[in-house]
Amino acid sequence: MAIDLEQFYEVFFEESLEGLDAMEQGLLAVSSADEADPEDINTIFRAAHSIKGGSSTFGFTAIAEFTHVLETLLDEARDGTRTLDTGAIDLLLQSSDCLRAMINALQAGNAIDTSASAPLVAAFEIMLASPNNSNDNTSVPAGPSKPATTSELSSNTHLDIVAASVDNLLSDGGDSNIDYPDDSGSTQWRISFKPEAQILLSGNEPLRLFRELAAMGELRTEANISNIPAFDQLTCDECYISWTLWLTADVSREDILEVFDWVIDECMLTIDLANTETVEQEKFVPLAAERSQPPAPEQPKPAAVPTAAPEKAIAAKKASESTAGSASIRVGIDKVDSLINLIGELVITQSMLSELGSNFDMDKLERLNSGLEQLQQNTRELQESVMRIRMLPISFAFNRFPRMIRDLSAQIGKKVELKLSGENTELDKTVMEQISDPMVHLVRNAIDHGMELPEKRLAAGKSETGTICLNAFHRGGSIVIEIIDDGNGLDAQLLYNKAVEKGIITAATELTEQEIFALIFAPGFSTAAVVSDISGRGVGMDVVRRNISALGGRIEIESKLGRGSTFRIHLPLTLAILDGQLVRVGSQVYVVPLVGIVESLQIKKELVNKVSGNMTLYRLREDNVPIIPIHQEFAIEADNTRLEDGLLVVVEGEGQKIGLLVDDLLSQQQVVIKSLKSNYKNIDGISGATILGDGSVSMILDIPGLIRRVSDRKSKQKKPAAQHHAA
Amino acid sequence: MDIQELAKTVPVEGEITLDGLDFISNGEEYLTFGLGEEHYGVDILCVNEIRSWELPTLIPNSPEYIKGVINIRGSIIPIIDLRIRFDVGEATYTESTVVIVLTIDSPELKRMMGFVVDAVSDVLNAQSSEITKAPLFGGIIPAEMIEGLINVGSNVVTILAIEQLLALEEDTDD
Amino acid sequence: MAQILIVDDSASMRNMVTATLQSAGHDVQNAGDGQAALTIAKSANFDAVVTDLNMPIMDGIELVKNLRALPTYKYTPILLLTTESSADKKTQGKQAGATGWLVKPFNPDKLLATVARVLN
Repeated sequence: MAIDLEQFYEVFFEESLEGLDAMEQGLLAVSSADEADPEDINTIFRAAHSIKGGSSTFGFTAIAEFTHVLETLLDEARDGTRTLDTGAIDLLLQSSDCLRAMINALQAGNAIDTSASAPLVAAFEIMLASPNNSNDNTSVPAGPSKPATTSELSSNTHLDIVAASVDNLLSDGGDSNIDYPDDSGSTQWRISFKPEAQILLSGNEPLRLFRELAAMGELRTEANISNIPAFDQLTCDECYISWTLWLTADVSREDILEVFDWVIDECMLTIDLANTETVEQEKFVPLAAERSQPPAPEQPKPAAVPTAAPEKAIAAKKASESTAGSASIRVGIDKVDSLINLIGELVITQSMLSELGSNFDMDKLERLNSGLEQLQQNTRELQESVMRIRMLPISFAFNRFPRMIRDLSAQIGKKVELKLSGENTELDKTVMEQISDPMVHLVRNAIDHGMELPEKRLAAGKSETGTICLNAFHRGGSIVIEIIDDGNGLDAQLLYNKAVEKGIITAATELTEQEIFALIFAPGFSTAAVVSDISGRGVGMDVVRRNISALGGRIEIESKLGRGSTFRIHLPLTLAILDGQLVRVGSQVYVVPLVGIVESLQIKKELVNKVSGNMTLYRLREDNVPIIPIHQEFAIEADNTRLEDGLLVVVEGEGQKIGLLVDDLLSQQQVVIKSLKSNYKNIDGISGATILGDGSVSMILDIPGLIRRVSDRKSKQKKPAAQHHAA
Repeated sequence: MDIQELAKTVPVEGEITLDGLDFISNGEEYLTFGLGEEHYGVDILCVNEIRSWELPTLIPNSPEYIKGVINIRGSIIPIIDLRIRFDVGEATYTESTVVIVLTIDSPELKRMMGFVVDAVSDVLNAQSSEITKAPLFGGIIPAEMIEGLINVGSNVVTILAIEQLLALEEDTDD
Repeated sequence: MAQILIVDDSASMRNMVTATLQSAGHDVQNAGDGQAALTIAKSANFDAVVTDLNMPIMDGIELVKNLRALPTYKYTPILLLTTESSADKKTQGKQAGATGWLVKPFNPDKLLATVARVLN
């Protein structure tokens, strides 16, 4: 039955990409360690070896050939004849990038471009041709090793003519000299086969060998049992029988030899043409001298593997998942078990309530209430458990940074060290996938703009190598990710001037330090005189903040000039559920995400100020907060349209505050976010909808969106002259 | 008192499903309904259910004919008043006002929407040959929404094209 | 037909070998490393074991040695998946007690033929 190999391709691609991640991690580990950990070398080797094996099995010759060269180098590293220096590691890293590209090309169904791999292969060959600092001084420059065949193996054995044993064989063979008439077209062969006693212990069974021979043609066997010891000395796992076989078949000597290729060094074998009188001089003598005894039963080695290696491999596997944004997720079985337990408890509660329901009377009211409480608890626990399934440790997102920082710092000549902490902090898979790019941008920014050149650092009394810390932890219902650098920090004055220059603020604007720092998120703001290739490529900081807002999070900045900066990202743990404050405006109930609420208050008339062009501001401590009447914004009816005695919910997003005028504050509760897009479309100012306990639909306010809408309006109002001209 | 039994006797508000209706295989079947004095019809296979009118949640800054959204078994479904959309009859909301929930499930579009109409009439059995082309001029209803006209006795039933009916402006943006 | 244990750290290889053997009517179990294979082997009675050499935790050679130490696997055919360039691995394998080898890359037919050689 023909097996279609194509069904295995996708798994091969996935595992090869994972292997490349593991290879990269291993290479980075080796490059940063004083002495390479053999486990790392093994991991790197195995990754290359697996890819080579799989690619040749599935017919991807370009990849197989390329990987073969890598494997040759890595083999030398593995057996100690070569230490991997920076040059080798760089070459290997580049090769892993190249392999990744080749595999991605195959996955997408495109042709492989060998123009990238050819120069690398050449570089490898040069490297392989020159031996380097080896531990064993008998190293010979090894080119890509040549395949050895089984016949090569057997021909390497000694061709000893042991006359005595030949005689022995002949005399014990009995009728071995009888000639048999041969059939025309086929050859008659005479085979003498004397296996070593332990042949059975390697799982080889003479009977099966004879079966193979018999399948080739006509086989006649004669056994010599003269060597079987006395019964009381007999051990049943040893073979004392030898045979003479006559095979009449249209086969060559090599064909017969092939049948015995596995046991060639565990037996004495002669293959002659049956009508020759004398035995041919070639004989195969077992390498008895070199052959060790069958291994004594050893204690199975305890799995004393440095835990780093498998973890790295596992972490590497998961890294490729998060960046690929795949539609599947690996779940620890403990999470699944926990879920199963909770479902079990839910079922118990359900049947208890069901039983109460049949034959209910008012006496049972209290039990009903406690049953409902139990139900609430079960549901909450179930909800948490299910959400946990979607959560993965942030290490997956962190994993791309060691390589990135290594490459980046080399590229721009700065010395940067990376410290990671809180890698096990878990967050929603989708949130992690979407925060990955913003994080990359922030780290690039920190290195590009935040980190000083080594000379400058030394001159400032700092260590030559700067440090970037990535830190993650849970706080309340959120995850906090910090990107901390010990670079030159943000210069508030510089930022302020730049913003004035760019017309983002006027010279008279008063801003707090926090607000000045937040200016770097303003669209079009870039402090670099020349937009650097690394961080300025159109992905601005404004997009970073927007992406974070879109996830329901926020970003804050702390900085000390000369000492460094901290960018702190707050993100919700899940995208499916929101903690919200229900508010009422007229007949409508809206949900305001709690994460955006600063405070809710009763309006005091004296703190209200009208400013140029219909802006009504509320003085909240030192801020002037624009008042936004929801009923106006959404063109609906409200109970209270006056500002006096109104209820204001002050919210914050993207560094700005606005106050929402509402009629009533209702409860705070967790709501399930439902998209409006499935049956309708996105609505400005609304981020989604939810279904309340009474079955009615309630809109969830998009605070950053509303704030953007208001500030756009503000900036339009500032330039009335321009508006008139824009016909 | 058995609560479960009691629950079964409580009428579910306004829900009439089409389960149990036999579908005759020859020709097409159309659910007909009235808007003002006029008669309209839609392919019955697209009719998910018929509900009585309930007050929807408003959608901020939406056209007048989009009354809002309601919850149908956990899905958020927009409600469109055809009387306003087509400017036919009077948009009043009484006990007999009915919402026809239509679904479309094609590779290009998967959507469910509810349409407010004055009343639901019979199921019309018609062959595609009986559908005549509607005049291109004169009507308020966009021509692409009309599949054609069918004469039923002395009346004319306008058959609406489901895909265009359930489309929003965004869908046609290129 | 026969119960076969496949050991390879590459999932795609495991899939291919498993599917191929299953298509010939064999019962197949598999493991991703020697340690796991040993555990599975102890709880079952395989008619043959096919194992890769380079695996994490416990490699193929170690696995062969450990299997041979188990009474139920004294005579069980154990095949090693080798590459053409690893002549010494074949020797090592034999010394550890392996029955034979199958050279990579191999196609499904070669796999079936080689496995058939070691089954009764």
